[in-house]
Amino acid sequence: MKRVYANEKWCLGCHLCEYYCAYANSGKSDMVKALRGKKIYPRIRVEGDDKITYAVSCRHCSDPLCVKSCITGALHIEDGVVCIDRDRCVGCLTCILVCPYGAVVRGEGGVVQKCELCLKNAVGSPACVLGCPNQALVFEER
Amino acid sequence: MKNYVIIGNGTAAAGCLEGIRSVDKEASVTIISEESRHVYSRPLISYYLEGKTDLHRMLYRPYDFYEKNNCKVLYSLRAERIDPAQKKVLLSDGSQLSYDALCVATGSVPFVPDIKGLEGVGKKFTFMTLDDALAIEGEVSKDSRVLILGAGLIGLKAAEGLHKRAGSISVTDISGHVLPSILDEECAALVRSRFEQEGVSFLLGESVAMFDSNVAVMSDGRQIQFDILIMAAGVRPNAKLVRNAGGACGRGIAVDEHMRTSLPDIYAAGDCTESLDVSDNTIKVMALLPNAYMQGHSAGINMAGGESVFDKAIPMNSIGFFGLHIMTAGNRTAPAEGGEAYEEITDKGIKKLYVKDGRLVGFVLVGEVDRAGIYTDLIRSGTPLEKVDFERLKKNPDLFALDAKFREQRLGGVV
Amino acid sequence: MAISYIFPEFEVVRNFDRCITCRVCERQCSNGVHSYDEDGKVMLADESKCVDCQRCVALCPTRALKIVKNDCTFREDANWSGATIKEIYKQAESGGVLLSSMGNPQPLPVYWDRILINASQVTNPSIDPLREPMETKVFLGKKADDIRRGPDGELICDLPPQLELSMPVMFSAMSFGSISYNAHESLARAATELGILYNTGEGGLHEDFYRFGKNTIVQVASGRFGVHEAYLNAGAAIEIKMGQGAKPGIGGHLPGKKIVGEVSRTRMIPEGTDAISPAPHHDIYSIEDLRQLVYSLKEATQHKKPVIVKVAAVHNIAAIASGIARSGADIIAIDGFRGGTGAAPTRIRDNVGIPIELALAAVDQRLRDEGIRNNVSLVAGGSIRSASDVVKAVALGADTCYIGTAALMALGCHLCRSCHTGKCNWGIATQRLELVRRLNPDIGTRRLVNLLTAWKHEIAEMMGGMGINSIEALRGNRLMLRGVNMTEKELEILGISHAGE
Repeated sequence: MKRVYANEKWCLGCHLCEYYCAYANSGKSDMVKALRGKKIYPRIRVEGDDKITYAVSCRHCSDPLCVKSCITGALHIEDGVVCIDRDRCVGCLTCILVCPYGAVVRGEGGVVQKCELCLKNAVGSPACVLGCPNQALVFEER
Repeated sequence: MKNYVIIGNGTAAAGCLEGIRSVDKEASVTIISEESRHVYSRPLISYYLEGKTDLHRMLYRPYDFYEKNNCKVLYSLRAERIDPAQKKVLLSDGSQLSYDALCVATGSVPFVPDIKGLEGVGKKFTFMTLDDALAIEGEVSKDSRVLILGAGLIGLKAAEGLHKRAGSISVTDISGHVLPSILDEECAALVRSRFEQEGVSFLLGESVAMFDSNVAVMSDGRQIQFDILIMAAGVRPNAKLVRNAGGACGRGIAVDEHMRTSLPDIYAAGDCTESLDVSDNTIKVMALLPNAYMQGHSAGINMAGGESVFDKAIPMNSIGFFGLHIMTAGNRTAPAEGGEAYEEITDKGIKKLYVKDGRLVGFVLVGEVDRAGIYTDLIRSGTPLEKVDFERLKKNPDLFALDAKFREQRLGGVV
Repeated sequence: MAISYIFPEFEVVRNFDRCITCRVCERQCSNGVHSYDEDGKVMLADESKCVDCQRCVALCPTRALKIVKNDCTFREDANWSGATIKEIYKQAESGGVLLSSMGNPQPLPVYWDRILINASQVTNPSIDPLREPMETKVFLGKKADDIRRGPDGELICDLPPQLELSMPVMFSAMSFGSISYNAHESLARAATELGILYNTGEGGLHEDFYRFGKNTIVQVASGRFGVHEAYLNAGAAIEIKMGQGAKPGIGGHLPGKKIVGEVSRTRMIPEGTDAISPAPHHDIYSIEDLRQLVYSLKEATQHKKPVIVKVAAVHNIAAIASGIARSGADIIAIDGFRGGTGAAPTRIRDNVGIPIELALAAVDQRLRDEGIRNNVSLVAGGSIRSASDVVKAVALGADTCYIGTAALMALGCHLCRSCHTGKCNWGIATQRLELVRRLNPDIGTRRLVNLLTAWKHEIAEMMGGMGINSIEALRGNRLMLRGVNMTEKELEILGISHAGE
């Protein structure tokens, strides 16, 4: 299965992945309209220090703790992709308690959100990867 | 074709069914469900009362779950007895079910304290099943005075669920602070004040001496009038089937890391069991939904001839009240056992990390809980803290504090 | 000094209606132009620091930025241009030699743009390169004047060593130090993939790149940095650098702050010391001296590697080349005055040297006249910008071309001419790790390969149009060229007729 992989050797710490992520999941057709003047809630986060940076998003674990721990069944697996049915999520945050990567995050309004590889939005394949200027993020089979 | 039987129809049972099916698509699987309901998530009953979910969304798995997993469910039947010699389960309608492997996932039962006059209370409820919630929903009104017995997770969840529906809510507990099983006084005070802001009142550090119809007489003699009594004094593992069949039990059914009981071909999973807590190396009952699923899943795989070990159990809780989130995991008494605590108290909340023998063994977070899973993973994996930048981790959980090799493996590989 | 007379050269124009304050411009500008104002929640810009490298423009996700020339003007006239005025002010402030980078930007004639290429009509059919084979391969090295046979009539094949190129383009010398590790890796990998050569420049060869040896030219220059036996044997050819088009007659100076870590090790000089390449080779004062170095290098490599002598295009270049052709060198590389550099004194860059077009034509003609054209192959460099420049150079007599600036542009260079500051925002002309990282060699290699693959198609297209199916048949074929907008003298030196003739 194709996943998003980060290579910190090439990460510039530019944070564009976060913005492309927020835009892709905004449902808006224009980035300016989607993000201008707003706090963003991306599903991918750049972390590190002033020398080393890298982006972290859902690893789509083959044996995901978050899915196993979800009290509502909102987190589930679709063809290997760990997805969340946000309508069923009650915000107990157990997924945040168990995700070893800190990749499940609270979105706007506190409901949990996570990377679904942009398979459900208009982009169709991970926007973070498409927007990464240095191929520090790739979407491939490993 | 193998014949598997699961007693219980909760989270552990669903995990068990999925575990079996991940190995064996053909075998016959039968679930014995005492409740006449499709598998639903019990922790959601308070969210139901609060209006954050509904009966449809409370289903733990979709409607076609049993059908897709080719599983027969016997509703409204109770397993009365297990005959391990004959490999049979005797049901409440007198019939029998034979099995090749059996999973006992009977969950827990509410603990009802023995208080004088309790039998004379009219509207009293436990708070565990959806039936409980629906019954309360039928009784509660804007004028109701609700008294909740127990300021633990269940009691407080009930209070949160009901606070918009009831006239007043009082919570009493013999402990001097709320959530005594997971929080210390300092953290509990924060939670309590959050509840008090919402109009919930507390009678802590005292117990109900007796009930006189709709009046609770407290140990100090005060009298509390109420319309609805909710008994949330905790739960006990429902281990009797295995205990009566001669299986080893402590407080719960004893299971090993393969979820095997001491009886041949009988497995157990979920709240009815007791197992090893890796954060402090003691055997205990960890009645938590994630553990239930993982145990069930592991049991299912092993029943069906696969190999699955579940040896990473730790007590953990993520719970929120009126937007104030609390997460706890692992051993929180480490300082008393020669460990150390790192505490950070800010206006955003409280963070307490417990370290023992060079490892993170537990934590409590109130308020700021983002990325707590990184801490949880350190506990579960028993990572020596000398291998990580703990000073950085203390302030903020991130992967940067872990070594570069870990990141390369986890972010650059399939996990 | 209290006030500066110099106003910012560029203006940062931000469309606040489009800016989402993602701060990528701030994070990506090593010059510190952009900053975020927490109070006003807006991006600010200090344009005095802007070099117009366009990094922020390229990365701005909402296209909210543009960099434009500041239209603030000095009181210019035909004699005192704005640039000249600014230079006076700059020197009056600093008291120093003006430094700049890349090639000569002055409005001197670009002869490539005054030369036009022929195409076949009626009498000599053109060739469709998509349907018929088109040979762009070239071999560099000394060629035999005739075919010789042994007593039994068998061919005598004692041709000196040759370099094989899939197309008449090579990457010119750019040292590891002046450009980054990742830029070098991109060039090396692209050269290997393309079947051409890249050139180490005078910076030694990083041990990681020995594996690209078959596609590497190792350079020996006046500072002899990084030269040792294994280095000489690591490449496919050795180049003696006598001069450079951007700064003929002067040496090089890589500041000590760039001599760090790997660069220091590869150059074999201590960290932090300035790497000073002298203006002359102190052991070369004549063609005879040059011959000694040529043969020393051949001895060191068992006569298996062709030796290139690179000179800047200067006055009397034809005579100089004639001497080099007799020195034992296999290949002469001539670098025109528009060639790039990581750093050169502005006056030298802008005023010394001659155009490659004239130098190349003069050298080719002179060597032919003297009957020694087969002694050497000719490489033309110094701002070859396109496939048509390559075709014109070959028709003027070049065996192949060197490209430097064009290659760097493929890697992201935006010609901001600030290489000497070491803060290249594109990760090319810098040794700062956080900047070097910006050039992922996977991307760099692909872009270089793309560029030259495109050029190769275009070269084949133009050759086909002329009815020529082998690049060898185009070499020195000046009948394929015509000039426009040139004097008799210029046409005479180029050896071409005027358009219409």
